[in-house]
This record gives sequence, C-alpha cells and structure tokens, in this order.
Amino acid sequence: MGKLIDAALGIHPQAITLGAKRLELIAGNMANADTPGFKARDVDFRTTMQSLLADRSGTASTMRRTQVGHQSAAGQALDSAALYRVPNHPALDGNTVDTQLEQSAFAEASVRYQASLDFLDARIQGLRKALRGD
Amino acid sequence: MSLFKIFDVAGSALSAQSVRLNTIASNLANAENASSTPEGVYRARHPVFAAMLDQAGRPEGAGVRVVDIVESDKAPMLQHMPGHPLADENGNVWFTAVNPIEEMTDLMSAESSYRNNVEMINTVKQLMLRTLQIGR
Repeated sequence: MGKLIDAALGIHPQAITLGAKRLELIAGNMANADTPGFKARDVDFRTTMQSLLADRSGTASTMRRTQVGHQSAAGQALDSAALYRVPNHPALDGNTVDTQLEQSAFAEASVRYQASLDFLDARIQGLRKALRGD
Repeated sequence: MSLFKIFDVAGSALSAQSVRLNTIASNLANAENASSTPEGVYRARHPVFAAMLDQAGRPEGAGVRVVDIVESDKAPMLQHMPGHPLADENGNVWFTAVNPIEEMTDLMSAESSYRNNVEMINTVKQLMLRTLQIGR
C-alpha cells in the first residue's frame, strides 16, 4: 500500500523536500547578505533530485547502522547537497552573497515549491477519487 | 519541516539588522557631539555580524548574529572655538568624527536588507499555509 501511494505521488514529495531545503539555504544567504566572509550556498537541483529518487527506490548504495552509536544517515543526500555559489563580483570583505541574485533565486524556488504543491494536491485528489469510486 | 527554520533564519537577520539600524540612529543623533577632551567625544558604533553555525559547525541555512559592537577608531576633529562652552583652557573643542553621509548610505543598505527578510518571511508563510492545505 505504501509503495502504491508512493508511486501515485510520483517525484513530488521529494521535490517539495528539496525545494524546502533550497529555500532554507537561500534564506540563510539573504540573512547573511552583510556578514563578512560569508559564502553563499545553493543546491544543484538535478543531481540532488536524482540521488533523492535513487535513495527512495533503493538503488543507491545506502549505509547501514550496525552499532548502537552509529548516526542515522537518513537524508544524507540532502545534507551533502549544498554547494558554494561562484560569485560574480565578490565583495572586499569576502562575502559572496549577491542580494539580487538570491532574491530571484528565492522567487524561483518558491514558485517551484508552489508548483510541486499543486501537483501533489492534484495527485491526492486523484487518489481520493479512485478510492471513493464515484 | 525545514520551512520552519526559515522563520528563525530570517528572524535572526531582522534582529541583527535592527541592531544595525539602532547604531546608525545613535550615530546620527550624536553627529554633532562635542567635548573638551578627545576621549570624551562620541565615537561611531558599528555592529559586527557573523553567521550562526549549525550543530555540525557548518554555516548551512544559517542565521546571523551580532557578535560585537565596535567603536570607530577615527580620530575626533579638533576645532579652535574659544567661545564654545565646552572649550578647554586652550580654546579647543573636539567634535565627533561621525560622517552623516556614510551613516545614511549604511541606513539605506540596512533598510533594504531588513525589507528583503520581511518579504522572505511573508513568502514562506504563504508557502507553509498552502502546504497545510494539501489534499483538502
């Protein structure tokens, strides 16, 4: 049943998770727009999405916990996803946040997030219809 | 839900920027500060920002905090004004070295940063409310 619903929802739950992560990173960049030495970060959406989907389908080589003290590796694809942005014109204080660029990236990410929400909503409505059978 | 974190991040930026706005306000208010000794003159204050680190020590999705407020080391300006009530025995008065133009441009920068973060909070709030509506 879980697999079935997973399949019905498609890539959208992962897209939303990644979208939220991206929004969070960009929010951090914007918050640190005036912090000396801060390096702006972002995720490479395509590769991270691929590794998330691989994680879900179990095709990725995942780590197992064999000792009690081992840390959970869940979401490692997300944790290691953040890359440093290549600055167009780094500031003298070592800050690489370009506020305009971050603003447009934030707008883009939020539109993508909303799109994923809409898709997910439609899938859920479809599932409901199928379950109800009317 | 990592969208919740954005409220913390943007909120930390708002409070850091408001500290900055506060220091600018007090610098501008004291722009004409005078004293009979160079030590007694008001010196411009500026906040120092630093990124907050997460538990693993990475600045990922990080907020910002004010680590320190430093006083400017610009030397106060000496003027010879024997008639000034604060003049010393040589007739000298020290005036603060606050540059109102610098402060005003800093004010504009702080204001736009503040505004950006408010916008971000609004956007994220809408996204979260819509996320709660999934499947309704």
